[in-house]
Amino acid sequence: MDWIFLAELAINGALTGLLYSLFAIGLVLIYKASSVPNLAQGGLTMVGAYVVLALSYDAGLPLWLAIPLAAVIMFGLGFGIERVALRRLAGRPVVMILMLTLGLDIFLRGTTLAIWGGTSRSMELGVSYEPLFLGDIFVSRIHLVGAGVALALFVAFMLFFRTRTGIKLRAIADDYMASWSVGVSVERGVGLSWALASVVAVAAGVIWGEIQGVDQALSLLLLKGLTVAVLGGLDSILGAVVAGIILGVVENVGADFLDPLVGGGSRELIVAAVLILTVMIRPHGLFGRHDIERV
Amino acid sequence: MFYRLSGVHHANYVSDSRIFKVPADRNLAAFILLLGLAAPFIIPSLYLNSYMLPWLIWTAAALGLNLVTGWAGQLHLGYAAVMAVGAYSAIHAARFGVPWEFALIIGGLMSSVIGSLFAFAALRVKGLYLALTTLAMQFVMDWVLTHSPMISGGSHASLQSPTLALLGQDITSDTGYYYVAFGWCVLVTIFMLNLKRCGLGRALVAVREKDFAAAILGVNSFYYKILAFATSSFIAGVSGALLVATFFFLAAPEQFSVAVSIQVLAMVIVGGLGSIIGSYFGVALILLVPGLVNGLVVSISEGLGMQVNIETLAHIPNAVYGALIVVILLIEPLGLGKLYGNIRDYLMVWPFDQFKK
Repeated sequence: MDWIFLAELAINGALTGLLYSLFAIGLVLIYKASSVPNLAQGGLTMVGAYVVLALSYDAGLPLWLAIPLAAVIMFGLGFGIERVALRRLAGRPVVMILMLTLGLDIFLRGTTLAIWGGTSRSMELGVSYEPLFLGDIFVSRIHLVGAGVALALFVAFMLFFRTRTGIKLRAIADDYMASWSVGVSVERGVGLSWALASVVAVAAGVIWGEIQGVDQALSLLLLKGLTVAVLGGLDSILGAVVAGIILGVVENVGADFLDPLVGGGSRELIVAAVLILTVMIRPHGLFGRHDIERV
Repeated sequence: MFYRLSGVHHANYVSDSRIFKVPADRNLAAFILLLGLAAPFIIPSLYLNSYMLPWLIWTAAALGLNLVTGWAGQLHLGYAAVMAVGAYSAIHAARFGVPWEFALIIGGLMSSVIGSLFAFAALRVKGLYLALTTLAMQFVMDWVLTHSPMISGGSHASLQSPTLALLGQDITSDTGYYYVAFGWCVLVTIFMLNLKRCGLGRALVAVREKDFAAAILGVNSFYYKILAFATSSFIAGVSGALLVATFFFLAAPEQFSVAVSIQVLAMVIVGGLGSIIGSYFGVALILLVPGLVNGLVVSISEGLGMQVNIETLAHIPNAVYGALIVVILLIEPLGLGKLYGNIRDYLMVWPFDQFKK
């Protein structure tokens, strides 16, 4: 085995993995605040990307204006989704909340495609496609940019959770009832987490849209994002970043070994296997909180 | 007034364990059964084949999922994969020359075996994590299906189903297909109706409410979870096989993808967890309404003289399907079955409850 080739696989895997983290941070934010598994994150990511495209290409705004504007719009959308849909199902069994977010996902996807059509569109960020060589190792520039965005968001959220609002969110995550009783507005906090997750979805949508084109496939990131979130522990942002890197490396290196054996396409299989193994061996993930259930 | 009694009051255990506790319900069920038997003579064959038949088979499948999710309380997002196992095993068996009766049973049993694997995930985790594991298992099964030409049938990944023949009769007419689907759906419904009132059903409900508490009461939750998964998988397998044999005529991996798993779960939840009549409603709603809305949009836009983009039209059913799930869950989280129950309870005591106030 060629070590340089292996290193290249690992580094590119880690970069791709950080892009999965970018997606997974949205899931973690919502789960942290309200214990709701947001299966609509894929749909939100897709909507985010399409809104950016609509603002920049259809309305003719420059990209540096379109992306923040899209983030503002999505902030409102996230808040609205929580207000209209999720709040009314708070406290219901998890199966109904799962179904609700699945329904939202289908609805968001269907509506987006009904408005903007299903043909794949390209998102040009102006990052050059010239390969970047670190020594002998080839690295894709856009992946590097995306990984940078993911890390920046991670740092931003780490700082955010130290502010007053962030501490409120942490309190809500810790105990609904207790934060209610000390006067923290739980509803607003949960709404805020949805809004922030939608903003993260814009970031993920833009980066992934540049990499693989803006179309329905964006919502397929959900399985990978979920795997990263579960491996990291569902309520830990640090976990999402670390797990993203792990999944990316395992996927990239593993696929290189497995593909010749099974005739290609083993990435999905590896991701699904990682998810199953995580849940079987360590359901609360690497950094997640271990819940104790009482009868 | 409508039900000719005011409320259900049991005087002995026999009346408590009846399937239909209200005579009017029994009469209604008998009437619908007769209607179902007469359907081929009432309904034009186009509707019979493209609406009634899939409705009945999907209802049977949804009832199977209801058994494991509604009764035993185990989330299952890999149901379509289990249906695929049944469909592919049955069709391979039939192509091999096994009579269809046995091929269907082989399909069901194979599904049971594979479906029980899902149960092992249920023994370790529950709730959200179980949902995610079964989802991942669905992806694994999808992958196996699309990557093994031996199962999925060569380069085009489609497998022709041989002519259906039951009890020595070749079934090729629309009416014949309909009766096969009808018979299977009635069988599953009768099974589920009886499950409600026997020990097994009560044990499953105990496991659903709290598996630890059930274990303390002496209900072996390990055993009942596996039993629930195996039984529901058997129903799934036979339903999947019948779906291919009477409706698709061709088995392809996309017919049993993740989206289908989500769709069956949506049918069950929109219909109402643990509600039999609800499953009928849920399947009808999820299966038929998106198409109806699309037709409506087309006719309205034609009426107004507007030109609707063809791509928009193609995606409207999806948007409607998602919106239906969300709206029903917001209106009544317990589903259409609960809505029906509310109306029934109101009518049961109708004029008399007015006097209480």
